[in-house]
This record gives sequence, C-alpha cells and structure tokens, in this order.
Amino acid sequence: MKSGTTFAACAALIRRDLTLIWRRRGDALNPILFALIVVALFPLALGPEPENLRRIAAGVVFVAILLAGLLALDTLFRGDYEDGSLEQLVLSPHPLSLLLACKIAVHWLTTALPLIAVAPLLGELLHQSEAVRWVLPTALLLATPLLSLIGAVCVALTVGMQRSGMLLALLVLPLYVPVLIFGAGACNAAQIGLPYAAPLLWLGAALVLALVLAPLACAAALRISLS
Amino acid sequence: MPTNELHERPALLEARGLAFARNDEPIFGPLDFALHAGEVVLIEGDNGTGKSTLLRVLSGLLEPTSGEIRLNGEPLTLARLSPQVALLSHQTGLKVELTALENLRFAAGLGGQRAGMSPPTALAGVGLDGYADVPVRQLSAGQKKRVALARVLLAPVGLWLLDEPYANLDLDGIHLVNRLLEQHASRGGAALITSHGAYAYTSGTPRRIPLKADRP
Amino acid sequence: MNSLTLWFHKIGSPRTFYRIAGAVAPWCYGAALALGAVGLYGGLVLAPTDYQQGDAYRIIFIHVPCAWMGLFAYIFMAANAFIALVWRIKLSEILSMASAPVGAAFTFITLVTGSLWGKPMWGTWWTWDARLTSELVLLFLYLGVIGLYHAIEDRRQAARAAGFLALIGIVNLPIVHFSVNWWNTLHQGSTVRLLGPSKIDAAMLWPLLTMALATHLYFFGSLLLRTRIGLLELDGGKDWARSIALGESHERAGARTHG
Repeated sequence: MKSGTTFAACAALIRRDLTLIWRRRGDALNPILFALIVVALFPLALGPEPENLRRIAAGVVFVAILLAGLLALDTLFRGDYEDGSLEQLVLSPHPLSLLLACKIAVHWLTTALPLIAVAPLLGELLHQSEAVRWVLPTALLLATPLLSLIGAVCVALTVGMQRSGMLLALLVLPLYVPVLIFGAGACNAAQIGLPYAAPLLWLGAALVLALVLAPLACAAALRISLS
Repeated sequence: MPTNELHERPALLEARGLAFARNDEPIFGPLDFALHAGEVVLIEGDNGTGKSTLLRVLSGLLEPTSGEIRLNGEPLTLARLSPQVALLSHQTGLKVELTALENLRFAAGLGGQRAGMSPPTALAGVGLDGYADVPVRQLSAGQKKRVALARVLLAPVGLWLLDEPYANLDLDGIHLVNRLLEQHASRGGAALITSHGAYAYTSGTPRRIPLKADRP
Repeated sequence: MNSLTLWFHKIGSPRTFYRIAGAVAPWCYGAALALGAVGLYGGLVLAPTDYQQGDAYRIIFIHVPCAWMGLFAYIFMAANAFIALVWRIKLSEILSMASAPVGAAFTFITLVTGSLWGKPMWGTWWTWDARLTSELVLLFLYLGVIGLYHAIEDRRQAARAAGFLALIGIVNLPIVHFSVNWWNTLHQGSTVRLLGPSKIDAAMLWPLLTMALATHLYFFGSLLLRTRIGLLELDGGKDWARSIALGESHERAGARTHG
C-alpha cells in the first residue's frame, strides 16, 4: 500500500480542474462579457465626452474586473461541494491548504488572467490616458491574485449555503477595500504624474503575505463550514 | 492462534464514549466499539438515527462532541487526518464531466493507489471494463455507484466506511459489493457499512452496532 | 487543567453566567444612565463654546465615545471569537456574537452624528473623510459578521464561521485604516477634523471621558442581557434552562394572583 506524494496530489488536482474548465470552456467567457458590459454602461450613463471618461477610466476598469471576479468566485467550491469531491479533498492525507492553494491558482488562471488580458481593451473603450496603459495591467496582475485569495476564504465560509450570492458580496467587499484603494490609486497617481511605485509595492507585499496565510485560513474556514 | 494475534494488535478502529450532537441535540452516542482487521461490521438503524453522521465523524470530517476515536491505536485529530480511511458517502464524489477512468486517475493521484491495483484494474474489478472512456454523466445511477466503489477499492487504505453501499444496485451489484467486502476483509482490511431495511451481506453473520433514536 | 482554564470553566458554565449576568446587567444600565446624564450635562451645558466651530462641536460628546465603542466592540468580538475557536468555549461564542449588533449600532451612530456634524462644518452631509470612510468599512465588516451568523442554521457552527470572519476583519482593519489614509492624502480630502490632534480643554475632556465610561457600561449591560438570551436559546433543552423558564413563569403567575 502506498499513498502518493503531495506533489502528485497537487498535480492531479490541477490537471483535473483544468480539464473540467476545458470541458466547460463556454463558461470561461462569462466574466469577460460581464466586465465588458459593466464598462460599456459608463459612457451610456455619463455621456461620451472623452475627457470625462479618461478621468475615470482606470477606476472603472478596476471595479468592473473586481465585480466580475466576485461573480466568478461562486464557482470556486460549488461544484466540488455539490458532488462530494470537496469532502474527498478534505479527507486526503495531504495538507488541505496546499490543495486549496492549487484550486485557487487554477481559478485565478482561468478567470482573472483573461480579464487582465482584456483590461487594455476595456481601458481604450474609456479613452484611458497614455500614462496608465502599463500601470493598470501591472496593478491588476498584483491585485487580482489577492482578490482571489481573500475571496476564497469567504467562499469557504459560505460553501454549504443555497443562495449565498448577496451574502458573499457583503463578506468580501469590505475586505477588498484596501486592494482596490492601492490598485486603482496607483493608476490614478500615474495619471496625474505622481510616483506610483509605493502602492504597487504595498500590493506586492500584501500578496506575499496572502499567498502564505490565505490558503491556511481557507482550509480552516472550510473545516468550519463542512462541520 | 491467528485470532489471538489479531486481537493483541491495536484495533484498526476504536471508538470510546463517542457521541455527536448538533445544536446541543444528541444525534447519536455515546458509543463504544472496536473494529479489528478482517471484520465487516454493520451499523443498523432507522432513518434519522445518525448512521451517516457516525461515518462522517469516524472519517474525521466531523469532530465528535465527546469521546475519542483511535485508528491503529493512535488518536484521530482534525489537524492530521489518517491516510488509512476511505469514505463512500451519499454524494459519490465523482465529476460527471470526466470519464470513469479520469475520475479514478484523479483519485489515485490524490490518495495514492493500492499495490497491484491501477485505475483500469479497479474499474475491471467492479465490472465496468468497457466503460473507461464514457463520461460519468452518461452512466446509470448503479454504474455511478460502481465507479465510486472502484475509487474505494483503489485507495491504499485498511478501513472502509461505506454509507449505504447497496443503494441503487441491482442483484448483481449487491453480490459485487459482498465479494469486494470479503476480499477486503481477507487481506486484513476492515469495513463499517450502514444499511437501513434489508441487509444483503451474505457471508457469515457480521457483527452489528445498533443505533437508536434516543430523543424523547 | 491550569487555574486559568478552571476559572473559565467556572464562570463559563452557562448556569453561573446566567445568574451573574442577570444580577450585574441592571447595575450597568443604571450607572450608564446616571453617568450619561452627567456627561451630557457637562458637555452640552457646562463646556465652553469652541472658538472655531461654535456649538456644533458639542456633538463630539456623542460621536467620539460611540466611535471608540464601535472599535472596542469589534476588538471584544474578535477576542472572544479567538477564544471560542481555539478553546471551544460556548460562552465566548455567544459573547462574541452578542457584541456584534451592539457594536454595529455604535458604529452606525458614529456615522450619523459624523454626517450631522458635517452639514454645518463642510456644508455637506457626507464627505469622504478618512475617518468616516474607515467607519463605513467597519460597519460593513459588522454587517458581514451578523449576516453570516444568521445565514447558517446550526447556531454553534454559525458562531464559529462568523467568529472566523471577525478575526479576518480584525487583521484587515488596520490595513483598511492605513489604505484609506493614503487614499485621502492622494485625493487631498478635507483637513477639518471633528477631533483633531489639537489640545483639548479640561472642561471638554471630563464630559467626554464620562460619556465614554457611560457607553462602555451600556455596552456591557446590553451584552450581558443578549448573552443571557443566547444561552437560553442554545441550552433550551438543558435542565437549568427549563427550571429557570418554569421558575419565572411561576413567579409571574404568583405576581398576577397577588396583584
């Protein structure tokens, strides 16, 4: 009798989750469409003057991507909870936090990374200024993993609930405030010609901390919700 | 005497004063029992007596309200679950988008596999040779149950906790479960199974642990 | 078992706590009422008028103690949640969850009084001032904890999940405060503060501290009564809770026949 290595377990989990997403690849477009629609609503509501839109471009794109990520969070554990494979994950002899980190990583790769890829396009729709063209994707690259990690802990707390959508938003959004402030703040600072390295570095520092702590917190939260 | 030798080693599973309550309402217990290698034990009880809950507590998914669980003589804690237990619960834990073989490969990757057993041989062992590449979505309820049993069969563990293993199975399937249980017991494993109503384990008379609803 | 845990078990036994809380709570309320009256008289009548803000500043005698309590209740809630999660003490679960609505109410009052003060000072009901924004986030953190607590069926599981959220919130709170301050300097927000770092007159300080003491006492009085109810709810099936329910209905029946 031999149980596999932890590395093999993580690899199997990543391969399975990627396969599942590939089999349902139509769904992967939904967050992008959502962000696109949200961004398109702003010119309709505020009028098409480029100067107006340019001023708010980075903030609107940031919020649109944050909300799209929030909607996508729901799928993180729902399927696994409903068919019982979450319970098999908890019962496996490997550290649960590591397995959850793999799940979060796959989720980020398949929901947030495409959003970052279309962020420049969303920015152009709002006539973003030259100055934020590179700062916005960089800020998103640092901020979205943080959002996924923080979000995963809250999803783990609501995992057994039937209609958790609004509640999840209530739990997650206050925790997202600092990430939003530093992420969008870096873009705004760049736009008005101020130095923007500090908020990006703060985001990086927070990301390192979250990478270590959030999977552990997520595992603890999941054990509470499954009991 | 082999039996003496068996009983001198610590029991595969031992429960001492084990009880579980939800919202301070007792679900079951306190229970005391031991499960030794080579035993198949049936947990008897009507609906709502906490059979499934007992299995979830024994697997380590739920923490008992009081009492303790020992696996091979070592206490079970939430922080360090034993790699010695396989649980089959109501939800099969299978992904319907994946094929039967893909599901088993994932299970092997996650929990390892028994020596001399591989995902294809486990599938053959539950009589699903030809179904390796069929998505689980297209299988019948009985066939899904067989795939879930193949996962248990594949797991490199000594203790099986099977919740209603006979549900959804035809006569052939029931014989299959019995055969698997006999094999598992004969190679030094043990199993705890729940069943309400008709019980179909045919080889010998297994030990029974009755669960009663003790709510007033 | 060391002496600390032994003490916890003694005080933490639902029956003992129920009795002590019932005896202490009215005193808390009474003292809170008396100190509150003294503090308000001192603040609204005796304290001198501010040379810069006129009489409008007098709202600090409600605003500031409530802001302190909003934060204090959150720390109290998180500390109890920590005890509940680590040592599995039922009483701490209930204490933690009982302090959430009280703390949320204090935070809400802080926001309302802050915006009432903002109207004469800033000419607007709401300004994205760093402190008000932090308070708003604090209120949402409270609402998240309360929402999660009420969304889960099993009371003890609900308390542990919501307590866990409270712990995440307390880690987040300083980060929120820091980020909001940074954001505020970036956007050059208003610099007039309700209670700046400036020196405060002794005639203003003593009513403020008296009010702070009054709000603390009110918080503990309310907390004790809420915890009593929580204990009865959770232990409804136990003998001690039954005997109390029966005893109190006897007393009431007795009072009715006498009257």
